[in-house]
This record gives sequence, structure tokens and C-alpha cells, in this order.
Amino acid sequence: MAKYTVRRSSEDGIDRRGFLKCMAWAGTGAFCVLKGGVLKSYALSQMGQHSPDVMKADLSFVQISDSHIGFSKPANTDVTATLQEAIAKINALPTRPAFVLHTGDLTHLSNPSEFDTLDQVLKSLKTSQLFYVPGEHDVLNDDGKQYLDRYGKGTQGGGWYSFDQKGAHFIGLVNVLNLKAGGLGTLGQEQLEWLEKDVKRLKSSTPIIVFAHIPLWAVYPEWGWGTDDSAQALSYLKRFGSITVLNGHIHQTMQKVEGNVTFHTAMSTAFPQPAPGTAPSPGPLKVPAEKLHSVLGITDVNYVRGKHSLAITDSSLEG
Amino acid sequence: MKKAFISIAATLVLLLAFGLMTASYGRPAAGQANDSKDKHQVTIDNFSFTPATLTVPAGTTVTWVNRDDVPHTVASDDKKFSSRALDTDEKFSHTFSGAGTYEYYCSLHPKMTGKVIVK
Repeated sequence: MAKYTVRRSSEDGIDRRGFLKCMAWAGTGAFCVLKGGVLKSYALSQMGQHSPDVMKADLSFVQISDSHIGFSKPANTDVTATLQEAIAKINALPTRPAFVLHTGDLTHLSNPSEFDTLDQVLKSLKTSQLFYVPGEHDVLNDDGKQYLDRYGKGTQGGGWYSFDQKGAHFIGLVNVLNLKAGGLGTLGQEQLEWLEKDVKRLKSSTPIIVFAHIPLWAVYPEWGWGTDDSAQALSYLKRFGSITVLNGHIHQTMQKVEGNVTFHTAMSTAFPQPAPGTAPSPGPLKVPAEKLHSVLGITDVNYVRGKHSLAITDSSLEG
Repeated sequence: MKKAFISIAATLVLLLAFGLMTASYGRPAAGQANDSKDKHQVTIDNFSFTPATLTVPAGTTVTWVNRDDVPHTVASDDKKFSSRALDTDEKFSHTFSGAGTYEYYCSLHPKMTGKVIVK
């Protein structure tokens, strides 16, 4: 079984909708490499199995998500420790990542002490740069003011921004503010207008990496796992040959390819959530802490060319 | 033969353990009328408000209590009332003085909606 996720591009820059494998595991992150505009992601827990050559790339970075600092209930009463485990794995990588993206839910309750703890723990990361987008747990009670004060320097509106690295264009979007009754995640008109303008100057060959907390694809709208106006955002990007969307929020790994767009969701470093529709609600999956790895295990997500459905297979990490 | 029996027994134990684990995940839906001593209480459990529609006389104070492991809010659609984020077992109360239908939702998980009808 392949232990990594591969996305291939044909020479003309148009994606070949390939066969994809995706993994889920507890307490780690995803290591991403960008080579010739093609993004590959690897489970940090499987890094030892690859030769250093595999990791050589134009650019490599790591995504972590949903650290929920402050959460202290089953299945994880020490989310700070599991974040530290994830950081240790990142620091042990043979190739030092250019930066780390945190795709939100930094804290559980937006308490200042939780943000302080997160900052303190992340200081041990051996990387020069960290980029954030807020999750809904980071903007409680103040519409994100504290988040912006801490992490919003140089950002627009509710905290969105873009930056360029090694010829790739990264866009951090915020879809957890001003949520409407009955709806899903929301980007809002102001942010959509900014996005349209932001990408206008770029060549269509520029690799685009979008990251936001709530998935920008309809993972499971019944549980709010989607974004109401994501189609509008993606319409501004469709002329680009390679688009990668990185999300968190659902505390499990999933992947989907649609045209030139590859969607990934990352694991939480804190606690698992049930697979879509397998529980009465998307709340924390209660498993004994010592069973965390065995119960979560691996999720293979297979996408076969020409089929618009995902085949998901779970198997235990201990299996 | 004995070995086969042990293996079947072990499988049964595993299945039972898994069944218990699954069963303990979903708490029984709380707040279904007789569950609550206070009939003017709305329970938040499993990402839903129960009862989803509560009818009360004018002047009633309604209390929401969060039984989930994640925070929720109670926010009126037209901003007439709004709670702070309620952590597990935290409560929020609002007194409804005028008649009408008051629709509300959780501003963190907006799929969660409910209404209070004041007569």
C-alpha cells in the first residue's frame, strides 16, 4: 500500500485525475513538497520510509491544524503534549520546511492564556515562518479581534492575506466570521472581491495554494462541513493550472480532486472527529487516550479518474 | 478445534467492546420534556437544540444549557439576544417579554437552529 499521497500533472499542466491515496493518523501533520508546480503531501508519521531524494523539492512546508489548546476532555486531556509531539516530528524532518501553516482552531475557547500557550509551544519549531488562519474557536465572543491583534499583522479585513514563495502563490482565507443562521462557512463579499483582485496579476501557470479553516468543498454540509460561497472563490481560480486547497476543521484526512483543484483536509493535533454521518454529531470522538492511534488509524481515500465519488477505506495504524 | 473456539470467543469480545464504545459515544438525547425539571429549558446536545421549538407565555425566562464537549452560542437571528460562547455545562438565560416568534442559531455552528414562540 502506498504510504503517501501523490498528485500528478501531465506535461501540458492539466491534471491527470489520478489514483489517490490518503492517510489519516493522530497527532501529526502533513509534509508538503512543491516540485514543478505539483504538490505532494506526506504523512509525517511515514516520513522515515522515504528516501531523502523524494523530499527534494522547490519548496516544502508543513500544515498542522486544530490544536484546540485548552481542550481537556476525552479523547485527549493533554492537547499541548500532542502538539509538542507533532512539532518534534516536524523538527526531525530530513528537509527543513520553509514554513508551517496552521489552519485554525489554534485554541479551544479563545482564552488569552490558550493563545499564550500555543505561542510558547510553537517557539520550539525549527522553522523561520508560521502562517495562520483562524478557526471558529479562535474568534469567540469578539468577532476575531484578539486573533487579529495577535496574528493579523499585514492582513486584510477579517485576517485574509496572500504571499509568494518560490513562484507559488499562497492565499490564506477566513471563513469563520459572520456565519448566517442555517448556513455553512462564509467568505463574504469583501473577501471575495479582494481575492478576485489578488489573483488578477498572476500568470495562469502560477501554482496556487489556498488555505482556510472550514473545508472549501462540501465534505458533509449536514454537519456544517463546507463553505457557502466557496464556488464563487474557486471560480476566480479556475484559469490556473494547479490549485491546491488545504483545510482543517474536520479532524481527519480527506482528499478530493476536481478538475485542476486538489482538496486536502488535515488531521487535528488534538482529538479525532467521526467520519461524516457515522455519529449523531461531529463532536469529539470519545476514545480512551491510549487508544488514540489505534482507533483513528488510516483512511485511504481513492479517487478514480472519471468518477466523482470518493472511496474511503479505514484501517488501523496498529493493523 | 479448541483454538477455533477461542478465536471466535475473542472476536465476540471484540465486537461487544466495539459495540459498547459506539454506544457510549452517543449520549441519549437530553432535554426531551420529561428529562428536564425546568420546562423552560433548552438543552444543547449533539449539536442540536432540544426542544427545537419551545412555546412559552410572555414574561418567561428561558435557559439554555450546553451539554456538549464543544462550545456553542445562542444567537437570535435578528440580534435581539446573544450569548457568549458556552462551554460544557454553562448556561445562558433570556427573558421574553413580548409575544412573537424568536428564531435563533449557534453562531459557531450555524446549522444548529431553534425557535422560541412567545404567546
